[in-house]
Amino acid sequence: MTLVRMVGITKRFPGVLANDSVNFELRRGEVHGLLGENGAGKTTLMNILYGIYRPDEGEIYVDDRRVRIRSPRDAIRLGIGRVPQFPELVDKLSVAENLAVLFPEKILSRRRLEEIRSLAEKYGLPINVDAMVYELSLGERQRIEVVKALLRGARILILDEPTTVLTPKEVDTLFEALRKMRDEGKGIIFVSHKLSEVLSITDRVTVLRRGKVVATLETADTDEEELTRLMVGRRIVQRYERRKIPLGEEVLRVENVYVLNDKGGEAVRGISFTVRRGEIFGIAGVAGNGQKELIEAIAGLRRVERGRIIVGGEEIRTPRQFRKYASHIPDDRMGMGVLPSLSVLDNLSLTLYRRFSRMGMIDMDDLRRFAEKLVKRYKIVTPSLGAPAWQLSGGNIARLILARETAMGCRLLIAVHPTFGLDVASTDEVRRTLLKLRDKTAILLVSEDLDEILQLSDRIGVMYRGRFIGVLEADEADPERLGLMMGGVAVESS
Amino acid sequence: MKAVRERVLPVVVKLFTKLLAILLGLGISAVVFAAYGVDPLYAYSLMVTKSLSFRGASEVLTKFIPLQLCGIGLIVAFKSGMWNIGAEGQMLIGATFATWIALFLDIPEFSRLPLIFLFGLAAGAGWALIPALLKVKFEVNEVITTLMMNYIASSLVNYLVYGPWKGAKEWGFPYTDKFPKSVWLPTIAGTRIHWPTLLIAVLTAFLIYFLLVKTTVGFEIRVSGQSKRAAEYAGINYGRVLLIGMAISGALAGLAGVGEVCGIHHRLRYASSISSGYGYAGIIVAWLSELNAVASVLSALFMAFLFAGGDLMQVSLGLPIGVVDVFNGSILISLLVSEAFGRYKPKWRLRLK
Amino acid sequence: MIESATELLAMMISAGTPLLLSTLGEIYAERSGILNLGVEGMMALGAVVAFYITLTTGNPALGLAAAAVAGLALSSLHAFISITIRSNQVVSGLALSMLGIGLSSLIGKGLIGMPLRHALEKLEVPLLRDIPLLGAFFRQNVLTYLSYLLVASLWFIMFKTRIGICIRMSGENPRVADTMGVNVFRLRYLCTLLGGALAGLGGAYLSIAYTPAWIEGMTAGQGWIALALVIFAAWNPLYALAGAYLFGGIRVLQYRLQPLGISPPLLQTLPYVCTIVVLVAFSTEKLRRKLGAPSALGKPYSREER
Repeated sequence: MTLVRMVGITKRFPGVLANDSVNFELRRGEVHGLLGENGAGKTTLMNILYGIYRPDEGEIYVDDRRVRIRSPRDAIRLGIGRVPQFPELVDKLSVAENLAVLFPEKILSRRRLEEIRSLAEKYGLPINVDAMVYELSLGERQRIEVVKALLRGARILILDEPTTVLTPKEVDTLFEALRKMRDEGKGIIFVSHKLSEVLSITDRVTVLRRGKVVATLETADTDEEELTRLMVGRRIVQRYERRKIPLGEEVLRVENVYVLNDKGGEAVRGISFTVRRGEIFGIAGVAGNGQKELIEAIAGLRRVERGRIIVGGEEIRTPRQFRKYASHIPDDRMGMGVLPSLSVLDNLSLTLYRRFSRMGMIDMDDLRRFAEKLVKRYKIVTPSLGAPAWQLSGGNIARLILARETAMGCRLLIAVHPTFGLDVASTDEVRRTLLKLRDKTAILLVSEDLDEILQLSDRIGVMYRGRFIGVLEADEADPERLGLMMGGVAVESS
Repeated sequence: MKAVRERVLPVVVKLFTKLLAILLGLGISAVVFAAYGVDPLYAYSLMVTKSLSFRGASEVLTKFIPLQLCGIGLIVAFKSGMWNIGAEGQMLIGATFATWIALFLDIPEFSRLPLIFLFGLAAGAGWALIPALLKVKFEVNEVITTLMMNYIASSLVNYLVYGPWKGAKEWGFPYTDKFPKSVWLPTIAGTRIHWPTLLIAVLTAFLIYFLLVKTTVGFEIRVSGQSKRAAEYAGINYGRVLLIGMAISGALAGLAGVGEVCGIHHRLRYASSISSGYGYAGIIVAWLSELNAVASVLSALFMAFLFAGGDLMQVSLGLPIGVVDVFNGSILISLLVSEAFGRYKPKWRLRLK
Repeated sequence: MIESATELLAMMISAGTPLLLSTLGEIYAERSGILNLGVEGMMALGAVVAFYITLTTGNPALGLAAAAVAGLALSSLHAFISITIRSNQVVSGLALSMLGIGLSSLIGKGLIGMPLRHALEKLEVPLLRDIPLLGAFFRQNVLTYLSYLLVASLWFIMFKTRIGICIRMSGENPRVADTMGVNVFRLRYLCTLLGGALAGLGGAYLSIAYTPAWIEGMTAGQGWIALALVIFAAWNPLYALAGAYLFGGIRVLQYRLQPLGISPPLLQTLPYVCTIVVLVAFSTEKLRRKLGAPSALGKPYSREER
């Protein structure tokens, strides 16, 4: 019996075909894995199923009946539940209070609390209804999200990268619960990039690549290598041509660094590496494995719990120190890299103004001239230097940030997803710019885009669960190998 | 509470919307006057004609001084993202220290006035730094703390004028002795305008403009007011910038207090008669000028016109003291509402399509 | 001895009632996420309206109702500006305070010095009023008795009912509340309006029960103290009771302590200083979670398009 059937789903966003005639089927009593690289279309597909997006083409059938899912409320009514990657609970309230909203009665009775508790127990996910949410670990909070979905009557459960926030023991508990649910006849969609987990928990797995379904297989019939090959495709990524230059001095040194995430858990667990002038070190890995926290720590924006970060010979503890030697193209453009209400000129000056000031005063004429040069050279499309930055398109904002961070020499450049959202031509330009900078600068590149990493890096470190699962020389790396490592499979370098 | 992204409206449209809002506010006040039995048209025309007279204009300029100083200081604080509701208290502390130096310090006469200015600035800055430090170190909401500091300051002043500083020659009235002539600020002949502070007030508008646009500190203030994350990303010391912004804001308000007490009253009296709501009105000055330093001169002039007009209405038409508050309140509300309509028009159009 | 202590306590309770009413209302508004700095203006307007209506109709109940309506009207403006237009709550509150105070001054000019023949009289409860100390609670007037009821019921609603949970969610994390089906906008409106109505009642108490008379500047900053009291009470109606009588007590005691050398104005700073101290104390992680401000207080909420 089929719980869900998605037929011919196509979804377009400006400039990208996120889902291309996707067929997906979820049976009763199965755990169905959804695999794919970043950008392959998994999240989009699930967002369509949960009513957040509407497909441009295609149909959805639930229990063999054609349905139109226009909002999450519709989805919930159909029995589709979603366990979000990061729990959405109100910290200052108790568990019971968070769940009380789901029931109509004015006061939550003891009996109802018992019902909730025994439901959770049934699946092996014990929860303490009287506890305050802020006291709970991320794993415990996720359990509440699962219970929340079940309380809303979910027969179909979507889990999007659920194990990102879990300890290994919590993963086991979760999987036990999922198996119990499956045996009851529920259907579970398990979106993940962690190959070992997919192989362990799923019954079938569908692989997406660039918006299309590449294969749907029985999990028992496949292995990590095949799955990676399907995800990544048989492709050869050509490294950009580069001159052989002698490596310069060490610019960035990361020594056994431990960093916590916002919820107090360990995001970076003992990373060490160095980057020298003249090389591009690429950090590959799916988002959520600690890259964000690592970069923030290097930039002085997050505390280092253990270990040291040294840039240009100085141990970094504040962003000010970092800025003495380094530039940073950030992941979070609108929140950090650009100030939407300020002018283009102000934004171009954001990290450069000190170089145009003397004794506290900014030489505005000089700065303005330089900004005009930047606009021309990097082809930033803007009505004027005085226009507020929110008027710029996404691509031009990326160009603005790139221009600002690469225009003046620096010893270290950190580039995080530098070509995200750019069109093909600009992407190529940006990558070539980075390559040119390599001569005088040490470059740390962080990207989820395998091609980008392979095209640019001289050395590659793959981050998985807060550690480097492997560090390779560029000529040892190919899409399959990287894909395996990103999926959690340690590969020996030959 | 950041400013929400707005459509870029041409300056003309912005001015027009503001004008409409002001008219709306005046209209609301007009209704109130009419209900009171006063002919609003008569009242307003009286205000206009009297302000154009010599005495009227000088009253406007007199009130302009503290409004401008408080307003421009608040622009700096608001730009840095700090909601300084405490200009009223910072004024009073400046006035208090001025009084202390004027009456109770045994120093050579010629040094009194310069010291008064110095301490007025420092005291105002210090009073503002207390809530600022609490915000930077403990993340305590500055709206509440600056508000509380206002009441602490006014209680302090009242304590002093009813108690230890009560004028020996003043027979039980709640004020201090008159200041020695050496600290009286010179006024323009025939008016109450203490012109040194007037000059300073106008000058600071341009100084602050210069600060915000052409100095590194000013740039850091503007960035910090938009986003703490972006400021830190750029290597800016966010906490230090906030403290500097508040210090400037408090200092200017303190200076306004010095002006009132050395230029007009020549003594310290009951708190509300010194600060007279200028600190709160300064918020309107800042808001009305959309945090533009140069435009603040116009807004301060306008608010001064309203204050003077309110005084006039009390004296000539027998309206009670609340008249100024009605003006201020209704204009501010109209400004808030009109500003939002400028922001939300496109949404309505989209829905119609 | 005991009798005079009981009488003193009764006066403290009486003095604290207007504070208590306004504070209760503001607690609800802030718990839902709206910061209302207009309490002073709403109290002032409530006071003058209650006096005027009671004077002209001879019916204090009508006066109370009118005061509540007046407070409600002002706060509806604040709600509109803060919730629908999502404009700046601080400026809006301040503006409404100014407007309220100004209007009360204007309306009240003609009422100064007029005697009120139908003021809200004390309604002492026989027998209970004679209990040592606690008897003070029964030597009050109707509005104070109402305030006791309000404390209990508002506490119960806030912490023990579903709607109270929804209100608290709206003030802590409106986005999550929204996804759970809570109507954040409606709740915020309701709470803000309740806050205005209660502030109006608090002001009415001053002019037709406590004094009773209309005096220029009647509210004398009690609205601002109410804002401080909300924090002091950790946004909890029960603690507000204790705090209101304490702060009210200061007003009653300030002139009695003068012969002891404690100056009234200095004593008046006590509530404000205490509030700042409390705010700093609540800023530690642990205390903030239990006793601190609602996380989304003062921030406008809008449903973003994905």
